[in-house]
Amino acid sequence: MLRLLALALHRLLWFVPTLLGLLVVTFVISRVVPSDPVALVAGETATPAQVETLRHQLGYDRPLPVQFVDYLARLARGDMGVSLFTRRPILDDLAHRLPATIELTVVAMLVSVLAGIPLGVLSALWRNSLLDHALRVLTVSGLAIAGFWLGIMLQLLFSMRLGWTPLNGRLPGFPPSNLTGLYLVDAALTWDWATFGAALRHLALPAATLAFPALATLVRFTRAGVLDVMQSNFVLYERAMGLPRPLIVWKYILRSALTSTVTQIGLLFGILLAGAVVTEAVFDWPGIGTYAVSSIVRSDYNAIMGFTVWAGAIFIVVNLLVDLAHTLVDPRERAT
Amino acid sequence: MAELLAVRELRVDFATDRGPAQVLDAINLDIAAGEVVGLVGESGCGKTTLARAIMGVLPEGAARIRGGEVRFRGTDLLKQDPAVVNERVRGQAITFIPQDPFTSFSPLFPVGTQIMDLMKWKSPRARDAGRPSSIFGRYPRERHKADREAVLEILRAVQIPEPAHALRRLPHEFSGGQRQRLMIAMALLPQPDLVIADEPTTALDVTIQAQILRLLRALVKERGVSVLFTTHDLGTAHELCDRVVVMYAGQEMEAAPTDAFFGRPAHPYTRRLLASVPGPDGVIRDIPGEVPSLVTPPAGCRFHPRCDHATAECGVERPAPRMLAEGHVVRCHHPVDAPAGAGE
Amino acid sequence: MRTLWFVVARLARDRSALIGLVLIALLVLAALLAPLLATHPDDVFELHPSERLRAPSGAHWLGTDRMGADVYSRLLFGARITILIGLIAVGASLIIGVPIGLVAGHHHGWASDLLMRVSDIFLAVPQVVLAIAIAQTLGPSLPNVILALSVTYWPWFARVVYAETRALQKEVFVESTTALGASPWRLTVLHVLPNIASPIIVRASIGMGFTILTAAALGFLGLGPPPPTPEWGRTIAESREFLPDAWWYAAAPGLAIFLTVMGFNLLGDGLRDVLDPRLRRRVRTGDG
Repeated sequence: MLRLLALALHRLLWFVPTLLGLLVVTFVISRVVPSDPVALVAGETATPAQVETLRHQLGYDRPLPVQFVDYLARLARGDMGVSLFTRRPILDDLAHRLPATIELTVVAMLVSVLAGIPLGVLSALWRNSLLDHALRVLTVSGLAIAGFWLGIMLQLLFSMRLGWTPLNGRLPGFPPSNLTGLYLVDAALTWDWATFGAALRHLALPAATLAFPALATLVRFTRAGVLDVMQSNFVLYERAMGLPRPLIVWKYILRSALTSTVTQIGLLFGILLAGAVVTEAVFDWPGIGTYAVSSIVRSDYNAIMGFTVWAGAIFIVVNLLVDLAHTLVDPRERAT
Repeated sequence: MAELLAVRELRVDFATDRGPAQVLDAINLDIAAGEVVGLVGESGCGKTTLARAIMGVLPEGAARIRGGEVRFRGTDLLKQDPAVVNERVRGQAITFIPQDPFTSFSPLFPVGTQIMDLMKWKSPRARDAGRPSSIFGRYPRERHKADREAVLEILRAVQIPEPAHALRRLPHEFSGGQRQRLMIAMALLPQPDLVIADEPTTALDVTIQAQILRLLRALVKERGVSVLFTTHDLGTAHELCDRVVVMYAGQEMEAAPTDAFFGRPAHPYTRRLLASVPGPDGVIRDIPGEVPSLVTPPAGCRFHPRCDHATAECGVERPAPRMLAEGHVVRCHHPVDAPAGAGE
Repeated sequence: MRTLWFVVARLARDRSALIGLVLIALLVLAALLAPLLATHPDDVFELHPSERLRAPSGAHWLGTDRMGADVYSRLLFGARITILIGLIAVGASLIIGVPIGLVAGHHHGWASDLLMRVSDIFLAVPQVVLAIAIAQTLGPSLPNVILALSVTYWPWFARVVYAETRALQKEVFVESTTALGASPWRLTVLHVLPNIASPIIVRASIGMGFTILTAAALGFLGLGPPPPTPEWGRTIAESREFLPDAWWYAAAPGLAIFLTVMGFNLLGDGLRDVLDPRLRRRVRTGDG
């Protein structure tokens, strides 16, 4: 237990400078831009004098390092600043939109893990069978298909032509009572199954789009891991001693292959998050991804900074959790 | 003497980049009940392949059995339904002690879990009472208890300290010698007829090797179990085996009771091999020439290119097995000091 | 020269790598011979509003788009853009990343740590986001897209080169060469570089695929080269409002992207199998 804490602390210390570096880069980009953000906010009809007043109000006329330090200080207090566009605290905006992205990402992750790992195992077991070849085509495609195009094609087929799923958005009408912000969870908790079903139908296509590359990666890595483990001496021993094959595969081989897969899940998260930005754009999903893109398009630099801080922090936490999970999964690391 | 195991004319090929390698060429081998047989030979002579062929765990896809029989208690295992062989023979009538005990355990599960998984399907009580039909099948409480008792008892017999605690530990927490003792225990728990031990002490320190081997011999003799024991170390073969068989390049050359093998070797290769063991005078007497390629092996007796006694017929036809004395069989056209008139 | 032949021979035995090579060859051909292969080469600039949104036919193999331009012809010219972006972006990333990785791997001080931290910063955030930020900041245009992609991809090269250099330093031959008095830089150029060539080549091939995807995403979001440049991602974005009727308008460029990226991925995998065999078992990092 103590060792886990030590590990956590060590990783945290390592990532703080990384996060700081990220902030510096983004800060510099956001302040040193060809277009003048203040002028944009002030609007086209503003006079130069009005623009300067606004600049002074926002504190943008101070030297850069001073602005940065001030930003850090406010960040420490939990104040991410105010969106230049919506004039609302950025933290509020982010918090409001976070559950949508979480729901999408988690569902996509679940789909890819629950489908990907068994498929990867079967692909390795039945090497060069029809299933294996089909899966390998899928795997290669998964990493070659443009996410946004896949989403559009799915919309074309399932929404427009077949009418099985709605076109976009998260839910028609009113959301269920706001307990967690996750519609599926909230609907289930309040026994509102109609809304649950609607939310699920809305989630279907975006989650499928997002999950596809993740699924492909997982199948590929699990397959490679299982193939690798199948060469092990302990598998030979278990075969020589006549243990039933399903036992060897699903208990012993899978466990060994999974230890390397756990680290891949961290990677997976990166893929999912990157994909989320584009997927949300295609399906009009009201999450953080669309917030980031629209902030960028509107040159709302405060919001961009806020998003960057949030994204960086999430990555650090996820990496940390993956490291911890890896330690838990592999008892050799635990014991030493 | 009824044979427990009789291998006849076994041929095994391995697929390589340069074509099929004829790793085993019409091998014959006999093991009687309760007998400890040593299979000696240089690296690459095919001993491990033969062991794996008997167990039926040759690498799928890379190895192919071209012909021959593996008769165990009268039935040819190669012609049996593989599922039946897997259920009743492997891990039950024939068990295995691997070369490297460290990598032969799954590193992620406690030793006890792995042993009890073996017992669930292979213990004598499972054989009698009928095993679970699927991997989710139940492990009846009484059987589990009885099996666990048997496990603890044999762990004491192989001198593992504190057996009950040991079961909860992971493989890497044991020493090399202890791991091999665990392997010996696992090989004996199903009460097999035959144990196949593939170079069981190669991965261990020299100081421990003798200890482990003596333990193994004591235990199998106690239980009347046969052992096929492959090794490249003549010394251990001499100490532990009732009979010794020597192989070269995929062919068996000579088989004899230990005294006869070391005292009156008949095959030129055997004599050279025994002579090459460093003696007190420190002179190195190695065998000139090189081990042949198995992709394009020499015809006839594969040792003939390096043999002093070879004649033309040695390169044409492989010698048939010739019995020189009780239990002493040699495959050579010109065995050394062959008693006159002996033949089969 | 002998090693090159060996690699090619091994590669030729790998069916999927060959498929990849064929796909890439098709892309290159399409790009190079676009003026010749296109049925309506002027449609990159000219508009024919009267012929908009025609279904695929004998005259227009892949139909027409919202401006009446021939989809097939514009697709061919789009291949030029795609290759240009890919080659320059990956090339620039290589030129930036490899020296950084070499220097970081070579030295063992604060400089090397700093360089790797900087590259970690770029890897910490999804590339798409960073590329979007940069492209938006600088304004949508072809050079800016290439810049954004180069600036976000170099860490992958740096990381690979760094790991290899460090690993090689531990090899005995480096120690012995140093003991013989070879200068560190001579060592690097003569001994380290040939050994890192393989992972760099593999990473470059995979990088082409990934960069093209990211470029398409940028184009889709409107951050790529502005119209009338027939960039594939932007074409898909344009086509959305005309779905589901003009399905060919969206399907064709997407398929083109798919085949292109698949080609590079298959080739990259094949190269990896040939150049990085069992002898060097490395943990395969994620594809990026």
